[in-house]
Amino acid sequence: MLKFTEEHEWLKLEGDVATVGITQHAAEQLGDLVFVELPEEGSTFEKNAEAATVESVKAASDVYCPLAGEVVEINQAIVDDPSLVNSDPQGAGWFFKLKLANVADIEGLLDEAAYKDLIA
Amino acid sequence: MTETADLKTTPLHALHISLGARMVPFAGYDMPVQYPAGVLKEHLQTRASAGLFDVSHMGQVIVRARSGNNEDAALALESLVPVDVLAVKPGRQRYALFTNEAGGILDDLMIVNMGDHFYIVVNAACKEADLAHMQAKLSATCDVTAHFDRGLLALQGPKAEAALARLAPEVAEMKFMDARALTILGAACVVSRTGYSGEDGYEISVPAEKTTEIAEALLAMDEVEPIGLGARDSLRLEAGLCLYGNDIDTTTTPVEAALEWAMQKARRTGGAREGGFPGAKIILAQLDGGASRRRVGLKAGGKAPVRGHSKLFADAEGKTLIGEVTSGGFGPSVEGPVAMGYLPMAYAAIGTVVYAEVRGKFLPMTVAALPFITPTYKR
Repeated sequence: MLKFTEEHEWLKLEGDVATVGITQHAAEQLGDLVFVELPEEGSTFEKNAEAATVESVKAASDVYCPLAGEVVEINQAIVDDPSLVNSDPQGAGWFFKLKLANVADIEGLLDEAAYKDLIA
Repeated sequence: MTETADLKTTPLHALHISLGARMVPFAGYDMPVQYPAGVLKEHLQTRASAGLFDVSHMGQVIVRARSGNNEDAALALESLVPVDVLAVKPGRQRYALFTNEAGGILDDLMIVNMGDHFYIVVNAACKEADLAHMQAKLSATCDVTAHFDRGLLALQGPKAEAALARLAPEVAEMKFMDARALTILGAACVVSRTGYSGEDGYEISVPAEKTTEIAEALLAMDEVEPIGLGARDSLRLEAGLCLYGNDIDTTTTPVEAALEWAMQKARRTGGAREGGFPGAKIILAQLDGGASRRRVGLKAGGKAPVRGHSKLFADAEGKTLIGEVTSGGFGPSVEGPVAMGYLPMAYAAIGTVVYAEVRGKFLPMTVAALPFITPTYKR
């Protein structure tokens, strides 16, 4: 299941773990990233808490945790090479895997069609 | 979308839109922060080849002595700046600072001797105040006229000379800080070999109605790409150049800002025309005895950019606040974070380690020589 947030994150759910990243639209808006800071594995977040930071040449932006949960894995590859987020934001440029506190929460997020309407 | 109704536009506004620029409000103007290539690639393009910048929002002013003797205009300008204007020969230009009575900086500017008048370029955000300041202080002997409607292009980078020489072959003979009145595509222009990127290049003052034509002629060349304000900022930061309002303002003196090089001997203690500018007592005392703090370059050890307004501490625990970053970001050519800020003299020596607060962490930064890149000015 693929879901989106109004803050331009995507979530791909497998079991009770969602892989989280930023959308193509967000990556284009941010421009070439030069720095990514990810949360520590094992850290827990409430919905919409600041979980990661991305920086372009020009500015820093926060990435919010789209739902409450525990970070069970992070993508070190984007820390080592932030340009991966620009080149493949919805694939190799994923940010972290989140074990959802309540899997049913994901139903409240946007589906792909609703997200496309949002950015249209 | 950003509210743009009250914003002014430059003569190149329609061209920016047609090039796909992302527009932002800057100093009251609707300006391109970046084009589709993006800040990182625009920055590297300028260092590798050539970039064209619209800087028409800056203020162009002409100061002409009513006596007809340009030396009278030079001496009048010296009442506002701690700079040897009299020594600026026809066809040459010099960096200058408007100071206030407290020794602070009202603006930084370029002063160009055009032979029978001085041509001056000031910052966009300060231009109305600067014009009023000059008219109030110089009108006894000079006519001060604003040419805020003129276009101003900056062409910067190692291939700027080759590109501009196709339109005006004379520019190849010019040296860094030379200025000439030239005809480009039939338009009366003022070309100076200067810029704000750390690269060789030119600034070209153009009649408003010819600005788009000249910009398009340059953009049609293989070497030249359009560059927005985002890369303009990262380029000047790597070059160690101050941004007025960030690195210098009314609370910083020229000595604190490490701009002693802009104040020549003739205006210093014991010089032929010692003092005689606003704040002279304070500024000359600092030139002779030093200031308590200084603008320095800062390089981070890690990869996290340290932005303007980040606090600087003496210790890694954030106990002793000693200064603040005034400009900072990622330097695409340096390939790492670079910053400038003010530190007490005891911490201002190159190699000193201080700690910048970034999102609750205290990141080590080392005081580094400015500029961060090696400029390629054609001296």
